[in-house]
Amino acid sequence: MIEFESVSKRFEDGTVAVEDFSFVLPSHKTTVFVGSSGCGKTTLLRMINRMIEPSSGRITIDGVDIAGRNKVELRRSIGYVLQAAGLLPHRKVVDNVATVPLLQGVSKTEARGRALDLLDTVGLDRALAKRYPRQLSGGQQQRVGVARALASDPNILLMDEPFGAVDPIVRADLQAELNRLQRELGKTIVFVTHDIDEAFLLADQVVIFRKGGIIAQAGTPAQILAEPADDFVASFIGADKGKRTLHLQQREGDEGLTLVVDGDGRPIGVLRDGTLEPEVPGP
Amino acid sequence: MDLILSALGWIFDPAHWESGSRSPLPIQDRLLEHLRYTAGSLVIAAAIALPLGFYIGHTGRGRQFVISFTGAMRALPTLGLLYFLLMVFGYWLSFDTAPIVGATISFVILAIPSMLAGAYAGLESVDRQTIDAARANGMTEWQILSRVEIPLALPLILGGLRAATLQVIATVTIASYAGLGGLGRIITSGIGLNDYDLILGGALLVTGLALFVDALFALAQRLTATPGLTENHPAARRRTIKRSPRPRAPENA
Repeated sequence: MIEFESVSKRFEDGTVAVEDFSFVLPSHKTTVFVGSSGCGKTTLLRMINRMIEPSSGRITIDGVDIAGRNKVELRRSIGYVLQAAGLLPHRKVVDNVATVPLLQGVSKTEARGRALDLLDTVGLDRALAKRYPRQLSGGQQQRVGVARALASDPNILLMDEPFGAVDPIVRADLQAELNRLQRELGKTIVFVTHDIDEAFLLADQVVIFRKGGIIAQAGTPAQILAEPADDFVASFIGADKGKRTLHLQQREGDEGLTLVVDGDGRPIGVLRDGTLEPEVPGP
Repeated sequence: MDLILSALGWIFDPAHWESGSRSPLPIQDRLLEHLRYTAGSLVIAAAIALPLGFYIGHTGRGRQFVISFTGAMRALPTLGLLYFLLMVFGYWLSFDTAPIVGATISFVILAIPSMLAGAYAGLESVDRQTIDAARANGMTEWQILSRVEIPLALPLILGGLRAATLQVIATVTIASYAGLGGLGRIITSGIGLNDYDLILGGALLVTGLALFVDALFALAQRLTATPGLTENHPAARRRTIKRSPRPRAPENA
């Protein structure tokens, strides 16, 4: 359990990234922070492994104040996945995955063996182990990033827009993979994104932010979809424009197929035997 | 052309390599002196410039100051500096030590700017995201420097060392003005004796030495080329070709 207790962050130039933020992130659940750029969601994420120090307030992990913990030890005990994977370009994939165990003094053979197992876990061919990050595709690099974050078997996984830099098809793949992994592993995941659909797909709990790290609404995807707290949330999830209200439509020449369209009239699937089958990845 | 041939003849005359021949000979003694002055100055310069460059590159602190300061250092004429230091140290130090101290300091000052620039520019060229990731994974600042920044900056660091080495090898020639040895001795005696073989022969020796050392650096840079950074790393390419007659399909599946 990660708990924020009236945490604020003011940067030296006077900008307030987060103001008096209090929130509880339950263990073994995925909490997704979502909001537009500059709303403080990444700042909050990076406070959990002390990459950023709060100006006031405190953060506890399972009741222990992290301010009292050694920064380096803390970071090694928390998995971290970045947007562009952030792999070490001069090390082979297997050594990248083994980074944290090696730092913790695990023997090379053992760390590499475990790294190979992790490649299986994240759905990568073991043959890629000997390659350098540059020789992988963006999606593969991102999987290596996830494997590295899992290498020390951390309880907490921080993910900072990890799928922001890959194309939509690979992203859908990675999202599905993460959901599968989470069902197996049950980590406490904190995931930051600006994509509300990604948030709804992955989250047990969604937190929608306004500027300044203020919570606009927090709840399960269903709660938020059913009852947006205010106009801001409604517009953020697209409910105001009817994006979340689906209609059935029959067009000429479709030979009896029923289209499902959103409020903009954009087709998002077809109705067949009473089930909705998505025709494109996405909403 | 005749002059050059004659100078080359002078260099390759075995009599000029015999130990115990008349000053400024034998050539190998001057060559060794030249290398000794160069190596000594470079080691001292590296001990100052590399840690400072790493500090600036890692922390980003003091960058502006150091850039302007080293820029000013580059503008110092080494010969003028040498004479000035000889005067200063000649006042305090003995007749024997003043020239070597003065000359070494001049060469160190000559070598520092290139090395420093290579070190901090190298560290600054490392992708910020890579460093951020290393830190977030729990590397200490020292581990970030030694395991991420320096390996990734190595080509530029070596480039700085290489430039500094060439400058110093060429400039150590003026050590003879301070009454020291080195290949410059051959040139100065040539000027004194009006002997073109000595002047040109000495100059050719300095040039040859500089080119030889530069080639060694080129080789070192190639051998230490960070794998994973250069796509067409020559050693890797050779290996691939040996194993399969045809180049492999692009690896980014």
